Amino acid sequence: MEEVLLSRIQFASTTLFHFIFVPLSIGLALIIAIMQTLYVVKKKEIYMKMTKFWSVFFLINFAIGVVTGIFQEFQFGMNWSTYSRFVGDIFGAPLAVEALLAFFLESTFIGIWIFGAQKLSKKVHLASIWLVSFGTVMSAFWILAANSFMQNPVGYVLQNGRAEMNDIVALLTNEKLWVAFPHTMFGSIATGAFFVVGVSAFYLIKKRQVDFFKKSIGIGLIVGLVGGLGLAFTGHSQAQYLMHAQPMKMAAAEGLWQDSGDPAAWTLIANIDSENRVTTGRIEIPYLLSYLTYNEFSGKVLGMESLEKQMIEKYGEGDYIPPVKTTFWSFRIMAGTGGALVGASLLGLLLLFRKKIAASTWYLRVMIPVIFLPFIGNSFGWIMSEIGRQPWVVNGLMKTADGVSPNVSAGQILFSLISFSTIYAILGIIMVVLFVKVIQRGPEERKQKDVSVTDPFNVGGVSNGSK
Amino acid sequence: MALSDLWFVLIAVLFIGFIFLEGFDFGVGMSLKFLAKDETDKRMLINTIGPVWDANEVWLITAGGAMFAAFPHWYATVFSGYYIPFVVLLLALIARGVAFEFREKFESAKWVKTWDWAIFAGSILPPFLLGVLFTSMLKGMPVDADMNMHAGFFDFVNVYTVVGGLAFVLISYLHGLLFVTLKTEGSIRTRAKEAALKIYWATGVVMIAFVALTAVYTEAFANRGPILIPLFAVVIVLYAFLHRLIAKGREALSFTVTGITLIAVMASFFIGLFPNVLVSSLDSAFNMSIRAAASGDYSLKLMTFVAFTMVPIVIAYTIWSYYVFRKRVTADVEHLDY
Repeated sequence: MEEVLLSRIQFASTTLFHFIFVPLSIGLALIIAIMQTLYVVKKKEIYMKMTKFWSVFFLINFAIGVVTGIFQEFQFGMNWSTYSRFVGDIFGAPLAVEALLAFFLESTFIGIWIFGAQKLSKKVHLASIWLVSFGTVMSAFWILAANSFMQNPVGYVLQNGRAEMNDIVALLTNEKLWVAFPHTMFGSIATGAFFVVGVSAFYLIKKRQVDFFKKSIGIGLIVGLVGGLGLAFTGHSQAQYLMHAQPMKMAAAEGLWQDSGDPAAWTLIANIDSENRVTTGRIEIPYLLSYLTYNEFSGKVLGMESLEKQMIEKYGEGDYIPPVKTTFWSFRIMAGTGGALVGASLLGLLLLFRKKIAASTWYLRVMIPVIFLPFIGNSFGWIMSEIGRQPWVVNGLMKTADGVSPNVSAGQILFSLISFSTIYAILGIIMVVLFVKVIQRGPEERKQKDVSVTDPFNVGGVSNGSK
Repeated sequence: MALSDLWFVLIAVLFIGFIFLEGFDFGVGMSLKFLAKDETDKRMLINTIGPVWDANEVWLITAGGAMFAAFPHWYATVFSGYYIPFVVLLLALIARGVAFEFREKFESAKWVKTWDWAIFAGSILPPFLLGVLFTSMLKGMPVDADMNMHAGFFDFVNVYTVVGGLAFVLISYLHGLLFVTLKTEGSIRTRAKEAALKIYWATGVVMIAFVALTAVYTEAFANRGPILIPLFAVVIVLYAFLHRLIAKGREALSFTVTGITLIAVMASFFIGLFPNVLVSSLDSAFNMSIRAAASGDYSLKLMTFVAFTMVPIVIAYTIWSYYVFRKRVTADVEHLDY
C-alpha cells in the first residue's frame, strides 16, 4: 500500500508546514491589534511604530499561511477521496463554513488594513485588524470542529454508506473541540508572544532602540504568560478528556502496555520496546498520573493490551495500537516546551518589574532560541494528536488505510509530494531569509529605495503595490 | 426546487463570482509582462488589484469547500480524477500568492524579475487549467460505476479543452486590461486601452470557436439549447459592440461586457451539465446526477441557512472594500509605508 504511505507522508508534511505559519499568524494578529489599539487610545507615535514594525513579519508569514492553506482544502479530495465520500456530509460543512465565515473576512480586511490606512478613519482602520484577528480565530475554530469529528465522531448517523450529519449542536459542542480549541488558541498566542519577546531580546542585547523594544518585550511577556498558563490548564483538561474518550492514545502517550498500578505514577522518561511490548527504565513521579487523570491521588489507568482486547471484540481482528514511541515522546516534548514557556515568561516579567530586563543579557540571550519552542510544541502536539489516533482516520468508523483515492497512483502522489516539498522548502528558506533581513534592518531606518526621483513609492515591508 | 439543486446553483454562483472577480486579477497579472514598461508601471498595475486579489481567490476556495460539503461525491471524483492538473493549479496559485508579498523585499533586479514571472505564470495557468477542467467535465470524462475517474492525457488535452482554456485566458486578459483602464491614470491607461483593442479580435475568434466546439463536442446544446442559444447570442451581440465601446473610452461599460462574457461562459458549463454534475464518457448510466452526488438533507439545510446568512454579509463588505479603493491608482500618491 504505497499510496497510503505516500498520502500520509504528504498529509503530515504539508499540514505540519502549514501549521508553522498558522499559530504565528493568529498570535501576531492579536498582538498587532493590541499595539494598534494602544496607539489609538494613548495616541503615542511609538505604538504606531510598533504596529508597523511587527506587521512586516506578520504579513510575510500570513502570505505563506494563506497559500499553503489552499492545498489543505483540496488535499482531502485529491489524496483521500474515499474518506471524502464517507465524511463529506459532516466534515465538509465546517470547511465550507470556515471559508464563508473566516477566509473572506481575513482576506478582505487584510487588504483594507494594508492599503486603506490613509483612506479610513483611525477607528475603522483599527477595526479592520481586529476583524482580521477574529477571522484567524474563527478559521481555527471551524477547522478544529472538523478535526474534532475525526478524533471523536459525534452528531452523525451512518446511512447511505457514509456518515451523515444529524445534529449540528452535538458537532459544535463536541467535548474534544472544546478542549482542543482553547489549547490551540493559547498555543498560538504563545507562539506570537515569544516571537516578539525573542526578536526584542536580540535588539536589547545590541542596545538598539531600547525604549521601543522594552515596550515590545513587555507586551510580549504579558501575552506570553497568558499563553503559557492557558496552555498548561487547557493541556490538563485535554489529557483528562483523552483518558475517557481516546484511552488508547493516552495509554500510548504513557507507554503503558499493562494496566497501571493504583495510584498511577506518571512517567517522565522511559525506554519503550514496541517489539516485546515492554517499557523499561521508567523515571516516575508517583501519584501524578492518577492526579492528571482523575484529579485525585488514586485510581488506575488501563494499558494498551486491555484496550486492544476491547477493540478486537468491538471491531474484529486488527492492529489497534498506534506508534507508541512517537506518541510517547511527542507528548513529552510538547508538555516540556509548554512548561519552559511558563517559566520563561514568569522570569521575564519579574525582571521587567524590577526594571532589570534590559541589563539581563543572560536572560535575553536565552530568549532568542526560545522563539522556536512554541513551534516545536505546536508541531509535536499535532503529531501526538494525529499519530495517536492511528489506525483510525475517523476514530472507530474508518481506518486511515481505507481512506485513500483508489484512482490515484503512487507515481502521481510522488509527483505532487516532490513538487509541494520543493516549493514549500523554497518558501521556508525565503521566510527565514526575509525575517533575518527585517531584523537586521530594524525599525529605525526609514526605507528609501534608490530609484529615480520621479518614483515616489516608498519601499519596504509593505508599501504601495505590494502586500 | 430541491435543496441539492439549489446548492448546484450556489456552487455555480461561487465559480461565477470567482471568474468575474479573479478574472481581472489574472488579466492584470498577465499584463505585467506585456503592458508594463518600468517598475512604476508594474507597481501601479499590482496596486490596482493589491487590496482585493486575495479575497477574490477565496471564491475558489469556498467553491471547493462547498462542493465538499454539499456534493462529497462530486468533490471526491473531480479532485482525485483531475489530480495532476490540480497539483499544477495549486503550485501556480501558491507562486502568485507569495509573489505579491515577496517581490519588493529585495532590491535586486533578478529577484524582482523572478517574482514577476511567478505572477505571470500564476495568472495565466489557473484560468487555462480551469477552462480545461470545465470543458472536459462538460464533454464527459471516464467516470466508472464506482464514481471514480481514470483519465488519460488526451481526456484532459484535446482541441475542445485547449480552446476552452484559451478562451478563459484571453477573456480574463481582456477583462484585466479593461480593469486597468478603469483603475489607473496616465500613459498606462492609454496603453491598456490600445492593448485591449488589439487583443479584442483574437479573443473574439477563440470565443466563437469555443461556442462552435461546445456544439460539436458536448450534449449541452442538444439538452439545453433553449437557454444556451439565447445566452450565447446575447453575449456575441454584446461582444460585437465591445470594440466600439473600448475605442470610445466607455471604460465601465466595456468592463461590464467582458464581465458578462466571463459569467456567461462559466454559467454555460453548469447549464450544460444540469441535471448532472458529471458526464461519463464510458456509459451514460455512470453519469453522476446532482441528487446522487449530494449530501443528506440535514446537512444541506444547515449549509443553506449559513449561506443565506453569510453570503449577503460577505457581499456587503466586499462591495464596501471596492468602495474604499474606488479612486484610480496614480503614479504620485504617497501610500502608507508598512
